[in-house]
Amino acid sequence: MKRIPVVPGWFGADGDPDRFRLLGTRCRSCGAVFFPRADAFCRNPACDGTELDETPLSRTGTVWSYTDSRYRPPAPYPSDPDLPWEPFTVVAVELDEERMVVLGQAAPGVTAAGLAVGMAVELVPGVLHQDAEQVWTTWHWRPLGGPA
Amino acid sequence: MTEDIAVLGAGMHPWGKWGRDFAEYGTVAARAALADAQLDWCDVRLVVGADTVRCGYPGHVAGATFARALGWQGARVSSVYAACASGAQAINTARAQILAGMADVALVVGADAAPKGFFAPAGGDRPDDPDWLRFRVLGATNPVYFGLFARRRMAQLGDTPEDFALVKVKNAAAGAANPNARYRKAVTAGEVAASPVVADPLRLLDICATSDGAAALVLSSMAFARRHGVAPVRIRAVSTVTPRYPRTALDLPDFATDSAALVPPPEVGFRASIAAAAYEEAGTGPADLDLAEVYDLSTALELEWYEDVGLCPVGEGAKLLREGATALGGRIPVNPSGGLASFGEAVPAQALAQVCELTWQLRGQAGERQVRAARCGLAANQGLFGHGSAVIAVR
Ligand SMILES: [Zn+2]
Repeated sequence: MKRIPVVPGWFGADGDPDRFRLLGTRCRSCGAVFFPRADAFCRNPACDGTELDETPLSRTGTVWSYTDSRYRPPAPYPSDPDLPWEPFTVVAVELDEERMVVLGQAAPGVTAAGLAVGMAVELVPGVLHQDAEQVWTTWHWRPLGGPA
Repeated sequence: MTEDIAVLGAGMHPWGKWGRDFAEYGTVAARAALADAQLDWCDVRLVVGADTVRCGYPGHVAGATFARALGWQGARVSSVYAACASGAQAINTARAQILAGMADVALVVGADAAPKGFFAPAGGDRPDDPDWLRFRVLGATNPVYFGLFARRRMAQLGDTPEDFALVKVKNAAAGAANPNARYRKAVTAGEVAASPVVADPLRLLDICATSDGAAALVLSSMAFARRHGVAPVRIRAVSTVTPRYPRTALDLPDFATDSAALVPPPEVGFRASIAAAAYEEAGTGPADLDLAEVYDLSTALELEWYEDVGLCPVGEGAKLLREGATALGGRIPVNPSGGLASFGEAVPAQALAQVCELTWQLRGQAGERQVRAARCGLAANQGLFGHGSAVIAVR
């Protein structure tokens, strides 16, 4: 089955859990890191840099906050309205090195009850949705060392 | 400091789910504001519409919709969109033209007929639009962000779901006394706790609904107000600042914050900077306030605003609430209108509705909701993509 990243260029090494990373960009002039990637212009107001290089973000971080979605979100969230709704968990993760907070869904099976602010988490490849022809891939956060 | 402008009239169409066109609600509010100002529509030299977004474009392009509905009479027109901050931006557009001498009297109108359920992006694939992508990739509705903010407060500051419920109880009590509110019924903490969880830890009654509604203001120069023979409520400041880099507070519809690894974050965060700019422009501070209207998109967010507008130090919002200081009859009532908890969101109208409430409170016309001897009020709001504004009105 064809695997398609839900957004092209936001993560790399999709097939390899050990090398899987979110991809940001780093300004060649000032060194600022951006995610989602800024490719054309640096967004630091003190910098007029226009050359940014792709850079992988930290694989691990700590939980800044978390919540869940008990109701089915509207389109364009992909979900099959004929299936009963299964809530998913959303985690905001603070990356130490980049000093930024990045959102993501939690890996399947991770519930809000299994998370705590400050908990160590890691990035893992995930599946957002699949139909008969293709699989849309994404990133997930998971408590370090396996499912909660 | 800039000069003051006068609020000559305030009017609303009651909030609800009426199933009619936004132009009708806006026209009702506009006529009410004109009647309140004791002015004729043909006296208005500028009409500013806070845009109603329809099909991904400003529906009917709002300013002109209201000018046409009231009858074309040649006034200047302007249409403004700034998401949930649209109404305050529309006030500021009118203010700038009044202070520049381009128009003596302006009518500002915002109206919406909201969809049922979650706010959702317009159809079609827009992979370059973060507001589309957050739904597509994360399923991150507005309540998902509100849930993240609420959980963060619980973990960092010790707020509890009971504190959040108390905000709803307080605002529902005020809204019950407001004839323009959609929900006019007292709510108990037990009812909040019994409502279903939408986005952990927030429940249905912690999160504001989406509504139909409209609000309008008639604004003028102080010179016109004097000629008109009134001592009006005055708008002393409108702040419309943008965030500063690096923006380290997560916000809708973002996937991530800026990185603070190289450039230290600003000392004052975005929401606090919105209020600070208004205080600076008005030459006032939080101690001068008699009341405030803030965007309680969720109960937990109202507590955050207490801290951001300087009613208490960071982390003490829940304490201020528990003391009863922000309830009607308290030291500094917040959302005496009933807030978004009682109105629901009608995006282009809600920042205008806040200033309607300030106007009625400062005139002593708020009935059962009246804040005693109110002289100075602040309204604060925030919209998607780094919009936010604060209005300070005095009498
Ligand atoms: Zn740069």
